Amino acid sequence: MSILSRKEDLVCQQVVELVTDYLEGALSRSQRRRLEAHLAACEHCTEYLAQMRATIELTGRLRAEDLSPEMREEFSAIYRRWRSEDD
Amino acid sequence: MRVGLIPAISVPRRRHRAAQPPDEDAELVARLRAGDEQAFVALVTRHHAAMLRLAGSFVSSTAVAEEVVQDTWVGVLRGIDGFAERSSFRTWLLRILVNRARSTGVRERRSVAVGDAGPVVDGSRFDASGAWMSPPQHWIEDSDDRMHAQALAGHIKKTLGELPERQREVVVLRDVDGLSSDEVCQVLEISDANQRVLLHRGRSHLRQALEAEMGRA
Repeated sequence: MSILSRKEDLVCQQVVELVTDYLEGALSRSQRRRLEAHLAACEHCTEYLAQMRATIELTGRLRAEDLSPEMREEFSAIYRRWRSEDD
Repeated sequence: MRVGLIPAISVPRRRHRAAQPPDEDAELVARLRAGDEQAFVALVTRHHAAMLRLAGSFVSSTAVAEEVVQDTWVGVLRGIDGFAERSSFRTWLLRILVNRARSTGVRERRSVAVGDAGPVVDGSRFDASGAWMSPPQHWIEDSDDRMHAQALAGHIKKTLGELPERQREVVVLRDVDGLSSDEVCQVLEISDANQRVLLHRGRSHLRQALEAEMGRA
C-alpha cells in the first residue's frame, strides 16, 4: 500500500488506482476516508467512479447463450452413456 | 460492495439473474445421485452459459470450449459421489472446468496473453501534480438509450475478448456471472489480492474502451 503511505492528500492519479479496492470494500477505514474526502472535492474523480460503476453494470447486462434443444439432447445422451458404463 | 458517497448512478448490488441459489443446486445434485436424468439436464442448463464463457477464455474456439464443457460434465458424473459439499456445487464444477480448460488450452496454446502492467489510466492525462488534465468525458447518460446499449454490448464483448486472459476470467466470473470474490478465488485458485488486481485492471480497460467508444459518437 505504498501508494497510501504518505500523509498528504490523494491526487487523482492515485484515486483511479484505488477505485476497485474502494468498491470491493478492501480499503482500511482511514484510506477510505481519504478517498472519500478527495471524491467530495473532485468532480472528475466522482465522474470516473460513476463510470466504473456504469461499466460494471453494463458488463453485467451481457446475456448468456441459452442451451438449444439439440444440446439438451446431447447432454441427455452423455448421461445415458455414463449410466450404461456405470452398470 | 461498500456504499460510496456518490449516488450518481444506481448499480444493483447483486444481479438476481446471476446469483444462483445454492440450495436449488443441492437439491438437483441429490436427485442426480439418485439417478434422475432430468436433474442432470437441469444442472447443465443452469450452468451451461457460465461454463461456456469461462472455457472460452482458455481455448481459442467455441467448438473447443464446448468440448471442454462436455468433458467437464462427464467428469462431474464420474465424480459426483465423491463431491463432498464442502464447497458449493458451482465452485466445485467450475474448478473441474478450469482444470480441464487449462490443460486443453496449454495443448492448443494460442498467442500467449501478456499480462499488462503500468497505470490503468494513461499518465499523459494527468498534470505533474497528478490531477486530471484530460478528465473523463461524460457518457453514462448516453449508454442508456436503446441504440447505444445494443452497440455497447458488442463493444464490451469485443473488449473482453482482448483482455489478458486472467483479467478476462475474473471480470467474466465476477461481473457477468455474478460470482463472489471468494468463489472466484476458489475457482481460479488465486489469492484475494490477486483477484482484486486482475479485476481492477480488467474493469479499467473496459471503462476506457467505453469512454473511447462513446466519445466517438
